[in-house]
Amino acid sequence: MQYLPNIIFLIILITGIGYFSKNVKKLIRNINLGRGEMPADEKPERFKNMARIALGQSKMVVRPIAGLLHVIVYLGFIIINIEVLEIIIDGIFGTHRVFAPLGKIYNILIASFEVLALLVILAVVIFWLRRNFIRIKRFIKPEMKGWPKMDANLILYIELVLMALFLTMNAADYQLQLMDTPHYTKAGLFPVSQFITSIFDGMSVNSVMLIERTAWWMHIVGILAFLNYLYYSKHLHILLAFPNTYYGKLTAPGQFDNLEAVTKEVKLMMDPNADPFAAPAEDAPPPDKFGASDVMDLSKVQLLNAYTCTECGRCTSECPANLTGKKLSPRKIMMDTRDRLEEVGSNMDANKGKFIEDGRQLLGDFISPEELWACTSCNACVEACPVSIDPLSIIISMRQYMVMEQSAAPSELNIMMGNIENNGAPWPFNQMDRLNWVDES
Amino acid sequence: MNEELKVPTMAELFAAGKQPEVLFWVGCAGSFDDRAKRITKAFVKILQKADVSFAVLGTEESCSGDPAKRAGNEFLFQMQAVTNIEVMNGYGIKSIVTACPHCFNTIKNEYPGLGGNYQVMHHTQFMNALLEEGRITLEGGSYKGKRITFHDPCYLGRANNIYEAPRNIIKKLDAQLVEMKNCRKKGLCCGAGGAQMFKESEKGDKEVNIERTEEAMQTQPEIIAAACPFCNTMMTDGVKSKDKEASVKVMDIAELIANAEDL
Repeated sequence: MQYLPNIIFLIILITGIGYFSKNVKKLIRNINLGRGEMPADEKPERFKNMARIALGQSKMVVRPIAGLLHVIVYLGFIIINIEVLEIIIDGIFGTHRVFAPLGKIYNILIASFEVLALLVILAVVIFWLRRNFIRIKRFIKPEMKGWPKMDANLILYIELVLMALFLTMNAADYQLQLMDTPHYTKAGLFPVSQFITSIFDGMSVNSVMLIERTAWWMHIVGILAFLNYLYYSKHLHILLAFPNTYYGKLTAPGQFDNLEAVTKEVKLMMDPNADPFAAPAEDAPPPDKFGASDVMDLSKVQLLNAYTCTECGRCTSECPANLTGKKLSPRKIMMDTRDRLEEVGSNMDANKGKFIEDGRQLLGDFISPEELWACTSCNACVEACPVSIDPLSIIISMRQYMVMEQSAAPSELNIMMGNIENNGAPWPFNQMDRLNWVDES
Repeated sequence: MNEELKVPTMAELFAAGKQPEVLFWVGCAGSFDDRAKRITKAFVKILQKADVSFAVLGTEESCSGDPAKRAGNEFLFQMQAVTNIEVMNGYGIKSIVTACPHCFNTIKNEYPGLGGNYQVMHHTQFMNALLEEGRITLEGGSYKGKRITFHDPCYLGRANNIYEAPRNIIKKLDAQLVEMKNCRKKGLCCGAGGAQMFKESEKGDKEVNIERTEEAMQTQPEIIAAACPFCNTMMTDGVKSKDKEASVKVMDIAELIANAEDL
């Protein structure tokens, strides 16, 4: 019976990590439904981007208030995780504050965790006020109604509770140290929780121990639960921001990829020796679909983008179409892509890993042509994203499908394109008149 | 003064066995749009003043394909690109300058993948270099102290990270450069990009060019400087809708230089 807590701890730990790994596998499978391969070039440049943008938070601080608060929560998350390592070792081996022999360093560590925990609580409260009371525009757009709003608040509540549990655990621990309780090693500096300690005055050792143990268990179980919540939430960005910035676009933002499938066709059309009546070889694969009408037509990077989006809405708040009341919201493009991808994933789970046609697709059922045609391709959304998401590329992929597979462009654009085809300009002017300006006054 | 305009074509130079320093890619707007033609002429005058040996493709030039590509018609874009590349490679063209950020972006970034490798410059970069090399000089004079705000074209700024060349020129005019609250990386689009120029906008509460014009007006400018024929149209329309065309002029950077030099 002596080892019962250790065994229970191990079971919880393995279940928590195991279930999360299962969902990570699903996530990777879903991303791999996308076309092409992840870019494997320019590794040093990519690592540099990841270090600067994800690790260094360089694009977060473009907006100083939200940026600073985010840096606090981010640092808290990373640094307090050192403490989680200690908790896991203690849990498995039944030790208590196993890193205590580090002495002074340990004191500094614990003290800094405490200060960070307090700052995180402060930041989280401000975040919550910004979302629910100050009503900052980007948090109350139509796509944020319902689950996305609840999801955002839930994350803040969980973080708040976890930090409160952490401080309670330390406070009780400190009280037990003061009471010379055996097993409670005298270690650590408690610059924040020492102020809570006084509420334990007059309590028996057993009561304080009960509080300490409860807080300790709830804290670690809470962390494991939060880990598993990530997959069901927008909060995956805390992990995916790293690969996403690594795989982010390296070329000039204005450069859109040239579709290779089209290049092949164009070369064939321009080749005077090509036989226009040649039938494709018997074993030739069916030609690629041009553009995207569903998530499987998008690239792997575009799908990773969708999972990485944490719905902060900086893109939407800078989008000229959205600013002037059009339906387009780059954030919604990313949310829709992710939601459809999750739908496809669940379909596969229910059908032994095979996708069974469900009569739905990204275009029309999630994203309307009206949204896609409102884009000015100005790159403001791409520039605004703190984690290198590219909503513009998805918009263009879907336009390509509408134009090249469906011939469903707005009629004025068809006229424009007809003009380019016929006379080499978007307006109906003769190419032979291109130099007339020289002689006009 | 039009007889001063000497605009050689690549075909003429080629026939004479000559190669110009740079190809001036005029673009569709610069060739056909009445407002943009004035920008084209202003730029030609600057090229002549600086003794730059240049040529145009003239009737051999065709749409760069930008609006087709942004509208999603990759076929049409690549057909245009491949045709233009064939013409330009035929003439052995090495460097290109254009007054249109859309042509600039497409030829610079999207043509190389289809076999067109050139050194491509936007005319604001080119003119800035001419100024720095002393090939043209600016006395300022007529623009001294004038309040000028610069509207960043998306395809010059965010798309290609060129923010300083046009601003350097404005500063050299001794003008007072006043920035809008959204400028450089955060510059708001004029509403024309992504083929929007050629269609009605979707339903909303406002036109993008009105929003941007209002931002420009907040700086109380005498001149809104643009560096793109489409931005120029959008901002001019915006200023007209505010009934301010008498007090606020929308001008291209090339026109500012040409006027200052009394060309």
